[in-house]
Amino acid sequence: MENRPDSGQDRRTVVSWLLGGGVAASLASFFYPVVRFVNPPAVSEASINEVDAGKAQDLKPNSGKIVKFGNKPALLVRISDTEWKAFSAVCTHLNCTVQYRESRHDIWCACHNGTYDLNGRVQSGPPPRPLEELVVQVRGDEVVISRRT
Amino acid sequence: MPATDPKNKTLDWLDERTGWRMVRDLADHKVVPIHAGTAWYYFGGITLFLLGIQVITGVLLLLYYRPSVAEAFDSVRFIMTRVEFGWLIRSIHSWSANLLILAAFVHMFSVVFTHAYRRPRELTWLTGIALLGLMLGFGFSGYLLPWNQISYFATKVGTDMAASVPVAGPAMARFLRGGEEVGAATLTRFFAFHVMILPLITFGLVGLHLLLVQFHGMSTPSGVSPSQLAHMKFFPNFFLREMVIWYGVLAVLGTLAAIFPWELGLKADPFASAPAGIRPEWYFLAEFYTLKLIPSHVWFFEGELLGLLGFGLLAAGWVALPFWATGRNGEHRARLVTAAGVFLICYLATFTILGYLK
Repeated sequence: MENRPDSGQDRRTVVSWLLGGGVAASLASFFYPVVRFVNPPAVSEASINEVDAGKAQDLKPNSGKIVKFGNKPALLVRISDTEWKAFSAVCTHLNCTVQYRESRHDIWCACHNGTYDLNGRVQSGPPPRPLEELVVQVRGDEVVISRRT
Repeated sequence: MPATDPKNKTLDWLDERTGWRMVRDLADHKVVPIHAGTAWYYFGGITLFLLGIQVITGVLLLLYYRPSVAEAFDSVRFIMTRVEFGWLIRSIHSWSANLLILAAFVHMFSVVFTHAYRRPRELTWLTGIALLGLMLGFGFSGYLLPWNQISYFATKVGTDMAASVPVAGPAMARFLRGGEEVGAATLTRFFAFHVMILPLITFGLVGLHLLLVQFHGMSTPSGVSPSQLAHMKFFPNFFLREMVIWYGVLAVLGTLAAIFPWELGLKADPFASAPAGIRPEWYFLAEFYTLKLIPSHVWFFEGELLGLLGFGLLAAGWVALPFWATGRNGEHRARLVTAAGVFLICYLATFTILGYLK
């Protein structure tokens, strides 16, 4: 076999690439599980469409309260004796929980001073979108909130 | 000739095995230039001292703190009401965290105004800025640990800001929260960041930062060569002065912690409205107030995104300061840097005060 002067160098390059590639591949195989591990698994949310929001007599006219809607807060507002409204209580700006302001008859987020009217529309401040409106039904004495279909 | 008395014999024995005299010689030769701005040199040391306080008080708090949604708030209340001097240790940890960030800011601006970031100290600047970022990370992660109402909403807002970054944002927010919402998984994650991950990175970077400072020596004001200045020895002259200042800082810290013990507030309730008057720690107030001012839409951008873009550009420009501070022909743009520093201080001070008042 003819021995070219640079064949040793060629072999060295090939071996270096193989070794380097092997090390890189093994490092990737070590880090891949770590990266996957720190990424939290998706926990399936029980999809809630309707919740019992308590008794009608417990909420006075011109007041609001936060109720659990699945794993998120919802805001139930009793505007008058007969008029009810409900919204997702998650501010569309940066995820804070909003509240009903009795003195101003509006919905307010204390975090960055965003306000919404009683249709969930943005009145002032930084929120980019309206609040998601939910449906309120009063069945006898029970108030039930459900997602719009 | 080998030493004969037992003390020297022991020291020789140690030197042969550890080479400690080399370290002593290095320390012996370390000097500090004396000029009008010498006082600013103390702030790096003050920051380091407060970091030491954080490590000690943090380890002490770990003896009682329990990182779970069910127990975190009660364990901090237990520390503050039942454990002897628990209120003091926790207050010192909280106050020291705030003073540490203040000292780090003063240290950073002193570096800017004395132009100490100049070649060849670019990497010292970059490691310093990375350390400031880590300190803010400590502040953000530690804030949630008592699991009270204010920290809960601060974390919701903070992680939601991360979520609004285009492309990588949602994945980043999920990584931070350990899920879709701020909850039990977020608390354990923030605990891991606060007591393990951030400290490990910080120790490495502090080591590198100090090594670079040691390697380059203290920076002198531009236009003055070190040989023109008088110097004092670091050990013991400068170090003893620094220790006197540390004692002063400790006195301030003890006074603040004793007179204004850190409040615990109310336990976090994911199904309660954000309380009125909610605001973040003072070092995030300027950004907080800016976000409050930006309208929901500016042209076709969402206001929040525009704010984040602004903060991102400002931060990137600040990190790169030593690189744009030098012109194409190698001239130093001292005035431009000073103007940028003054602008940043004015912005931060004005918006922090407005954020506090409104």
